[in-house]
Amino acid sequence: MRPAPFEYVAPSTVEEALQQVEQHGDEAKLLAGGQSLVPLLNFRFAAPTVLIDLNAIEGLGSMSVGDELVVDAMVRQRDVETADDVQAALPVLGETLGHVGHVAIRSRGTIAGSVAHADPAAELPALLLALDGTVVATGPAGSREIAARDFFVSIFTTALEPDEMITSVRIPCAPGGAAVEEVARRHGDFALAGAVAQVETDPNGTISGARLALFGVDATPVRADAAEELLIGENPEDAAVLEAAGRAAADGVSPVDDAQVPASYKKRITGVVARRAVARAAARSKSA
Amino acid sequence: MSGPIEVTLVVNGNPSTAQVEPRTSLADCLRHELRLTGTHIGCEQGACGACTVRVDGRLTRACLMFAVQAEGASIETVEGMAEDPEHLHPIQEAFREEHGLQCGFCTPALLLTSQQLLEENPDPSEEEIRDYLSGNICRCTGYNGIVAAVQHAARTMRETNER
Repeated sequence: MRPAPFEYVAPSTVEEALQQVEQHGDEAKLLAGGQSLVPLLNFRFAAPTVLIDLNAIEGLGSMSVGDELVVDAMVRQRDVETADDVQAALPVLGETLGHVGHVAIRSRGTIAGSVAHADPAAELPALLLALDGTVVATGPAGSREIAARDFFVSIFTTALEPDEMITSVRIPCAPGGAAVEEVARRHGDFALAGAVAQVETDPNGTISGARLALFGVDATPVRADAAEELLIGENPEDAAVLEAAGRAAADGVSPVDDAQVPASYKKRITGVVARRAVARAAARSKSA
Repeated sequence: MSGPIEVTLVVNGNPSTAQVEPRTSLADCLRHELRLTGTHIGCEQGACGACTVRVDGRLTRACLMFAVQAEGASIETVEGMAEDPEHLHPIQEAFREEHGLQCGFCTPALLLTSQQLLEENPDPSEEEIRDYLSGNICRCTGYNGIVAAVQHAARTMRETNER
């Protein structure tokens, strides 16, 4: 099919974009990379009468690496993936991006767009949540920061106000090791179940810090708080420890049947991806 | 603006003008307005890869971009790959020799994708090839001929560059 007709505007500044948003209200959608939105338009699952194209806005194209990775709203996923300094500071991001669609998708897709779209099966929201990232949202009154834990409200629903847009995303370059695990029918597909883990180990190999987020198995990405607590002080090479963490992670999510697999499968695979992600993150922490 | 709009794209080095609506995809503009039907439409959601072109050098799903967004951009399609009908691009030659195509529906996109792959990585491993091409679905070949074609093209192009 093809999209329903719409008016097209291409503002040159964030201010102009926000004016367009205010003028058109919920008749309008913002267009960033388009890799999530345009399929919805093509299938007429969404039919905005105004499309506000953000691609002409200057000043939204920078990224920088320090204690945090700061990525402006229109930075392309592929550019983040291929940046050597990002790979060195936050290797799990490159690994995660490798699971996001395909090279051609990542040529136009943006980090901020994936976060704003908040597909429950998407990888980047889970990464942001696992690493306690921050979303910078800008509206008519100025900018505010929203912690990842407060950002993902429900399926395709975020804490952004209707008159706000994301202008940048920040991800801490966490110590230790991190890993992403995903089960999907085809490489690059949305996850049937996935996990992002970040683990710190002390010199004798015991877990001193653990973060774990699951995706594809609930209405939003989910931090596995119970699994994280259980891991502290434990040996990550102990199969029983990993088993327990996997069970705790699975207990903490409420998947529903989807078109591909039943909820029971998602529950079970949650445990599997959680275990594997934690094990690999811990191994990377030890060799870091 | 709600259209019709005039857009100018540089396609395979040639400036081309077309009348489009805002909702006209780059794929439809190339196919219907510019009569370049080598770019194919499969899924309309970016998953199959058949619509892949290069925009300002970057692989892009033409079904997920609007023609108006490509104003002024440099677009490469499969029609620009061969010097002339007698002289195919080495990647096209390799696909022919290694039987990397049957019906040909996925092929234009695979040729362009392979081209960007080999620019980024002139000596890819089989795993790297399969990973890079995983965004292009082929119903006919079972992929082994495609992989062989890319390996063949990589060899040929490396040898040419080394001379």
